[in-house]
Amino acid sequence: MATADPPHPPASPRAPLRPSPGRSRRTAVRPSTARSWRTLRRRAVPYVLIAPTVLALAAVLGYPLVELVLLSFQDMTRRELFAGTEPPWVGLDQYRTVLSDRFFWVVVGRTALFTLVCTVATMVTAMLVALLLRQVSPWVRLVTGAVLVAVWAMPVMVAAAVFRWLVDPEFGVANWLLGLVPGLSFDRHNWFEDPWQGFAVIAAVVIWGSLPFATITLQAALTQVPPELEEAARVDGAEGPKVFRHIVFPVIRPAFVMVTSLTAIWTFGVFNQIWLMRSGTPEKEYYLLGVHSFIESFAVNRYSTGAAIAVITVLLLLAGAVVYVRQLVRMGEAE
Amino acid sequence: MSTDGSIDTVPGSRRTGPGPAPAARPPLRPVRRRGQRRRGRSRRANTLALLFCAVMAFPVYWMLLTALRPASEIRRNPPRLWPSGLTLENFRRAMESETFWSSVRASALVGVGTVLVSLVIGVLAAYAVARYSFLGRRVFVLAILSIQMIPLAGLIIPLYLLLSDAGLTDSLTGVVLTYLVFMLPFTVWLLRGFVVAVPAELEEAAMVDGCTRAGAFRRVLLPLLAPGLVATSVYSLVQAWNEYVLAYVLLSSDEKQTISIWLVSFQTTFGTDYGALMAGATLTALPVVVFFLFVQRRVASGLAAGAVKG
Repeated sequence: MATADPPHPPASPRAPLRPSPGRSRRTAVRPSTARSWRTLRRRAVPYVLIAPTVLALAAVLGYPLVELVLLSFQDMTRRELFAGTEPPWVGLDQYRTVLSDRFFWVVVGRTALFTLVCTVATMVTAMLVALLLRQVSPWVRLVTGAVLVAVWAMPVMVAAAVFRWLVDPEFGVANWLLGLVPGLSFDRHNWFEDPWQGFAVIAAVVIWGSLPFATITLQAALTQVPPELEEAARVDGAEGPKVFRHIVFPVIRPAFVMVTSLTAIWTFGVFNQIWLMRSGTPEKEYYLLGVHSFIESFAVNRYSTGAAIAVITVLLLLAGAVVYVRQLVRMGEAE
Repeated sequence: MSTDGSIDTVPGSRRTGPGPAPAARPPLRPVRRRGQRRRGRSRRANTLALLFCAVMAFPVYWMLLTALRPASEIRRNPPRLWPSGLTLENFRRAMESETFWSSVRASALVGVGTVLVSLVIGVLAAYAVARYSFLGRRVFVLAILSIQMIPLAGLIIPLYLLLSDAGLTDSLTGVVLTYLVFMLPFTVWLLRGFVVAVPAELEEAAMVDGCTRAGAFRRVLLPLLAPGLVATSVYSLVQAWNEYVLAYVLLSSDEKQTISIWLVSFQTTFGTDYGALMAGATLTALPVVVFFLFVQRRVASGLAAGAVKG
């Protein structure tokens, strides 16, 4: 039964709902105005139901989004903010400034690279672990589950604090462990001196933090793979990777795409980890787009430049998230 | 296999079992050699999985260990990987810090406020999306899902301006409002998965028996949805508890700081007092971990149902 579900799921929950109660009522003959009033009311129900959500989103998200775009065409500084006066319009000036800044492009490239590395590492590991967990003994699965959940639940600022402690130059356990490898000396090594190493630590926090969500969701998706199909493929002589590619992966693909996209999106907008690990004063070498935009706005008080950077970030994300959006559209069509 | 209804009534229950069948099921056909190979493979898999666990758990272990160690043990070179003397001194220092209890209170208020509002609003929208087909439904779902793409950091400035226009900066209400928007899409999507998992036939039956649509919703669907509601609310509670940037920007007075701000300010004030910091980190993370342990499976299966049963 459950196996027959995926191809056309939406039909089953909804279709039977309407006809039965509706028809019996229609036989009670009524003036057509009353009937059409009733249909109208019935039609309105879903809109009434989603109205609070839509309103809340529009007010607290839609309005600021519009404001953000407007702000990026203005020149708001501290003076306008405090005086409450309308900042002057400057057209595309902010974008021109931002886009012609070489440093901005360095930050864009850095953000893209960081996102790519973290996402690939997360997804590959998560997929392998999720598959691995199908073969382990129940108690190992339980242990892994508990560990993953504990990590998943770790607040970002806790994770950042712990990782800073792990790589502490003087008493950090990382330096000591690496020092055990013959020929390596990490005594009092400062990981954040060299941005490459610093980013390695930050990437470790990000990947460590995003692995649980990815693994657990993929694992849940894997339970939806009908075992009969897999078994049948095995009987027909298909081996591991082939079974995965032709039987398992197609079933979990929607979940896989969703998890990949969300991981990439979250990583692209990464802010907390960097902010916290550099204790609120990241050096220029540690700027990614989120941090860059925030610092322009709040530390430098160039709100409009910050807004322009944020708008560009969203546009870049949109361009990069085409796959995700296409998956969404497909899901939307399935409904 | 069991029937559709019994599986889906309690979302996630099926997944709590020892997981995917092939390994668990007794091998019917090719007898002994296959079983042996499987056992060998399983041992290798166990080792690999435990190794993975060790790596993932190490930072948590190190945090706990540091939090429970006397200062002399913390500042030791070379460090020791296992405990010798344990103490609660670090926890005492952390909890005695001035703003600890006020920030716990602020976090609890913000969390509960966010959860209540987003649950009430979200379940209605989730029901609409799962049970009705209406014009604009697709747009709504797409909007809900693509909101995830807006990087929060980019919206801080206009959000700040909006709230300061409304006189809601440095107020917990303002924080709840902003959290609401970032939790709501996820809440709706998660709950949608849970609603879809409850067969519509049950509500229909209640309606045939004379319930109104609203009555069927309240008497039939809502009780069945309870586990999903719990999972969803814990999830957003955890998110609210963990959030840092917005609280950092929006709240300025000391007594309104949330626990995340408390922890971070701790870090700069005491700088190198890693013992107390790790104790504070443990205190911050502990409730989250405990709550989360109870509901994560449902959250994950709700997510998977949302994605797979598109």
